[in-house]
Amino acid sequence: MADMNPKKTPMPEQAPDRRNKNFDEVALGYTSEMATKEAGRCLNCKNRPCVGGCPVNVPIPDFIARVAEGDFEGAYNLISTTNSLPAVCGRVCPQEIQCEGKCIRGIKGESVGIGRLERFVADYHREHGKATPVNINRNGKKVAIIGAGPAGLTCAGDLARKGYSVTIFEAFHTAGGVLVYGIPEFRLPKSVVAAEVNRLKESGVTVMTDMVIGKVLTVDEIIAMGFEAVFIGSGAGLPMFMGIDGEDSLGVYSANEFLTRINLMKAYIEDYDTPIKPMKKVAVIGGGNVAMDAARCAKRLGADVYIIYRRSEVEMPARKEEVNHAKEEGIDFKFLTNPTRIITDENYKVTGIECISMQLGEPDADGRRRPEKIPGSEHILEVDSVIMALGTRPNPLIKKSSPDISVNARGCIVVGEDMQTSKENVYAGGDSVSGAATVISAMGAGKRAAAAIDKKLNEKL
Amino acid sequence: MYEIINKNVLNEAVTALKIKARFIAEKAQPGQFVIVKIDEKGERIPLTISDFDRNDGTITLVIQAVGVTTKKLSKLNKGDFIENIAGPLGMPTEFGNPKKAIIIGGGVGCAIAYPQAKALHNMGVDVTVIAGFRSKDIVILEEEMKVVSNSLYITTDDGSYGEKGLVTDVLKRLLDDGGYDLVIAIGPVIMMKFVALTTKPYSVKTIVSLNPIMIDGTGMCGGCRVSVGGETKFACVDGPDFDGHLVDFDELMRRNTLFCEEEAHACRLEESVNG
Repeated sequence: MADMNPKKTPMPEQAPDRRNKNFDEVALGYTSEMATKEAGRCLNCKNRPCVGGCPVNVPIPDFIARVAEGDFEGAYNLISTTNSLPAVCGRVCPQEIQCEGKCIRGIKGESVGIGRLERFVADYHREHGKATPVNINRNGKKVAIIGAGPAGLTCAGDLARKGYSVTIFEAFHTAGGVLVYGIPEFRLPKSVVAAEVNRLKESGVTVMTDMVIGKVLTVDEIIAMGFEAVFIGSGAGLPMFMGIDGEDSLGVYSANEFLTRINLMKAYIEDYDTPIKPMKKVAVIGGGNVAMDAARCAKRLGADVYIIYRRSEVEMPARKEEVNHAKEEGIDFKFLTNPTRIITDENYKVTGIECISMQLGEPDADGRRRPEKIPGSEHILEVDSVIMALGTRPNPLIKKSSPDISVNARGCIVVGEDMQTSKENVYAGGDSVSGAATVISAMGAGKRAAAAIDKKLNEKL
Repeated sequence: MYEIINKNVLNEAVTALKIKARFIAEKAQPGQFVIVKIDEKGERIPLTISDFDRNDGTITLVIQAVGVTTKKLSKLNKGDFIENIAGPLGMPTEFGNPKKAIIIGGGVGCAIAYPQAKALHNMGVDVTVIAGFRSKDIVILEEEMKVVSNSLYITTDDGSYGEKGLVTDVLKRLLDDGGYDLVIAIGPVIMMKFVALTTKPYSVKTIVSLNPIMIDGTGMCGGCRVSVGGETKFACVDGPDFDGHLVDFDELMRRNTLFCEEEAHACRLEESVNG
């Protein structure tokens, strides 16, 4: 009989006034006891709606049943049949709109803490699990993956399991993509990402860093090297700016630059060489998860932080959990507010940001109520730094060097149902196709592409 | 890991490192750069490719020791390794079909001007090189530049070698003689600004190579944004070469001072070409 407690087993967390001064992980993870207790809340229902809500179809009730029995390694083995990055997903997936959003227990109370359990199982395996000897029959076929982010790593993992020889070409010096440059340490420790990448390497995946495809090699050259299929998972890395006055002054950053300095380059740690400008009062522009990450990083660097968002809290695209964490940590939200210009001193250093108040009008094309300016409501917030978290677009480097790969007006690579691009045997998925989205949707795309590549290359036999 | 296979100290502060980098050497073109990260805790900095050899798979980087990373790089020796080098990045220089070109290098900028002169010389273009330095003791690459030019002018600020004065003094004289259809200037931002101002009245195409602050070098951070003809460009993917008559040099100089207070970081970019 299931534990009918309507509430999830609470996740132990660092206290807000403590964690907003360090970069250690906020959520500390379940103990074995907590995990077993939470697993007991699963009804193990017949129609398994949670699995349908998971972009990579993790066999959720099955792994939870193993957790309830205390067979954590067994649970891990089940998850890893479909998910290459469980420790990552358990931390950053928006479970509330996926698996947990579909959970029957959620109708009359809180859903089962599926994400927390997935994280527990993956962490347990990382800390206690034995390396299982990899015994895969290699099929002698080579597949190239461009980009070692969530889409590429997932595609690589699935293909390697099927026996392909997989090489990932990564532009940065470290594999992980947005998992290492974008998402901060306090949400996703980099050691967790490194461990997941190492597991892939142990399963036979080769990662070549410093390889900016489109520059050092073209897709055609990769194919000429003997790769029978190519998967492009190069993400959406190009930052957008507002185009307002003062945006090029000193102290204005894209969220990408700010987060990369902190997360990838570890500028906040004393003995790393990358510099970061001290900041006392920061305005982060935007309402997505990236804005929350940037704001919470700035807070940890000792700044007072505003988040400026032109619509109201309801329309904010960020995960509720991230917004709540940011609020608890003392981030000051300015809703229905939009910047009009950035103000500087005579040395072009930022001293403030002029904003205008907004009100919500009629719904626009995507159904959200359109923000409209309230005339005469201009006001100035004193800040010394401004971080633009307005979204990103796909990087054009690959397109530029491979004109036969079609992209749409927004620069996103166009793919068919089978994830194949306009170029034969070249597949794409993740943010480079969808535009900026979530880690798990990119993983789902990588998974579908792996299946399509496998099908295609098998037909050739 | 990338092995240093030769080291050549050009002057007290400037070092040339020849590095094994097979993939990069295969693709490099004049005007392109690499991002270098020296070790685990290192920063990522852009360095223009000074020379490359497709046969032996090497690239040459010329480094002026003024910032954290450039100082560390200068201390490396033959047989040492650099952890990460990514490239070739940026767009190759678009020379067009000039007949008579002036290549201007300022200080260590000569190390980047040199391959441009060499490329044009190999294309059969009449090449004049103007190389400016503070003083005689820091003159670099004189012999190399002589080989790839029809005439070479050296200027020093203090008159201790060549002609006393600025590169723009010689430039103006040459432009008055006429016949030039391309000017390429690589050096301190202030020098490139005045070269562009000098060539403007003569309507001679003027290419400058910008070196702003950047992290990834692939268009991701936006730190390298520069205003060119009123539009925001990313130097890493749209450049680093731009039309000198359209660049907002004053803004670039301001942006390059961003991290000066923290360390010599951004100043490095500024000073490295002040040679």
